[in-house]
Amino acid sequence: MEMLSPKAIVDSFKTALGDSLIDSRIYEREVAVKRNLFRTIWIHVKREAFRNAVEHIGTLQEYPHLAIISCADLGDDVELIYHFTIYYGHHLQELSLGLRVTLAKNDLRIPTITDIIPGALFTEREIQEMMGVEVIGIPDKRRLFLPDDFPDGVYPWRTDETGPQDLLRVLPGRQKEYGNG
Amino acid sequence: MAMDETKTRYTIPVGPIHPALKEPIRLDLEVDGEEIVDVDVIVGQVHRGMEWLGMNRNNPIQNIYLSERVCGICNICHPFAYIMAVEQAAGITPPERAEYIRVIVAEMERIHSHLLWAGVAAHEIGFDTVFYLVWRVREEIMDLMEYVTGNRVTKAMFQIGGVRRDITEEQFPRVRQSLDYYKSIFNQLKTVFLDDWTIRMRTRNVGILKTEDALKLLTVGPTGRASGVPKDVRQDQPYSAYADLDVKAITPDMLTGTVVGDVYDRIIVRLLEVKQSIEIIEQCLNEMPPGPIVAEGKTAKLLNTLTKAEGEGVGRAEAPRGEVIHYVRLEAGRETLSNWKIRAPTYTNLMAVPIMLKGGQIADVPIAFASIDPCMSCTNRAIVVDLKANKKSLLTGEELHKLSVQKTRNLKRDESTR
Repeated sequence: MEMLSPKAIVDSFKTALGDSLIDSRIYEREVAVKRNLFRTIWIHVKREAFRNAVEHIGTLQEYPHLAIISCADLGDDVELIYHFTIYYGHHLQELSLGLRVTLAKNDLRIPTITDIIPGALFTEREIQEMMGVEVIGIPDKRRLFLPDDFPDGVYPWRTDETGPQDLLRVLPGRQKEYGNG
Repeated sequence: MAMDETKTRYTIPVGPIHPALKEPIRLDLEVDGEEIVDVDVIVGQVHRGMEWLGMNRNNPIQNIYLSERVCGICNICHPFAYIMAVEQAAGITPPERAEYIRVIVAEMERIHSHLLWAGVAAHEIGFDTVFYLVWRVREEIMDLMEYVTGNRVTKAMFQIGGVRRDITEEQFPRVRQSLDYYKSIFNQLKTVFLDDWTIRMRTRNVGILKTEDALKLLTVGPTGRASGVPKDVRQDQPYSAYADLDVKAITPDMLTGTVVGDVYDRIIVRLLEVKQSIEIIEQCLNEMPPGPIVAEGKTAKLLNTLTKAEGEGVGRAEAPRGEVIHYVRLEAGRETLSNWKIRAPTYTNLMAVPIMLKGGQIADVPIAFASIDPCMSCTNRAIVVDLKANKKSLLTGEELHKLSVQKTRNLKRDESTR
């Protein structure tokens, strides 16, 4: 498969997704003595185009590597970043690709990508239990890290009223409200 | 016909006390007689909510030391990935000399981790002589780490924008002495692990992970490379001083010409990586540029900069077990991190465990499971299911270890009577 430059990759996303591409950014950083580049591409897409974006990454790299999905509670929204890497296996060629999707808190749903990348299962289970994002079509709905007796409706990564505040042990000398971002 | 009617399966839970590495994880094994039919991995016994601490309690500098405690063995690669993410987010460039020192300590960690694993692997198959031998030679690298960093385990070498200790010219001979020691015994270790028939018998064609499965299940590190996936962050997207060095991902075909993807291949990869690490350290010592070791020496000033900084960054480092990735976001005016996500290599490697164990025997569980070098404190349990008697039974780590030792003895007896 032909390897594209970061700029060409961003352009290919523009062609493939059209208006559904909200924002894109290329980050480059020179490293050490030889000043080789460490490159990251950030792509922000609408949820409707999320599956298309992942399928598009599949056209750039046969088995795209998904490192992790990171989550952030932004108040009214929840932001998911799918950290992909493509073009691995070649010296200095690999690119980090952060695929960002923002979900409104009243509609926290995202389609699964386990049919495209089977290894995405653990991290999808994790965002379900930790952030309360419903992953539609996930083959294994069980919790991953949280124990079975953990209360329903509490999501450890949230900073709103569904966060873990009531479960925190308040250490001597600390304030009760400590812990809310 | 009569055989089929009596055919039943059991579920045997192994853990949460770990069968191989004495770390908490539960494997639910579904067995049909001795054969493993299905495996379920249950994790979460040591989830400590470290990311939450980083986002609510600690400032970014305190987080370096917290990230060092994610795992006792990977206490270099976690802070390494973490500081790189923060440096990207805050726009701090570390001096070149610091990059070289970082790589030297990271490679020392790799030599230590692979030797420790080799000892554990020998113990899992009941070959305790090798276990003692390897752990004895491991002492040398522990001493060297203490000499260079001041500590044998948590080394506290990293600072955002550099390192906290220099490696001076006067220290080079002592470092070279240790490296020469490992070079002198490397062939002996290679003979012990690759030519010994007990080890070969227990590891060849055990716990096979095919290239395609490794790619689909996002397997990283030596586990992935042993299955023929040439993925190594040091080669693919070099960070720090690795960008100056030509590191090549090690796959087992370099030595044997073929990729089987079994436990034996994982031994080959780790062994060759020890040699590679020695070479990298030597190259770093030779090419290390002079200059300062930290961009901003005053902690209060650095903290001030970090509080004002706004941005995000992804730090990726090749840990002894595979790729570690830290995602960090800084928000202006906030003393703690706005977002922090850690992914340790065992997190994804665990998904490959069911495939490795399926079709194997219960006695192969310890060595096959240990072959991914799992780290539960990084990730965070296996039950054995037997359909033949339709009852659940519990195997303790000791029983499982006994089964494994017994298998080695049986194989040896069969071999000698042949």
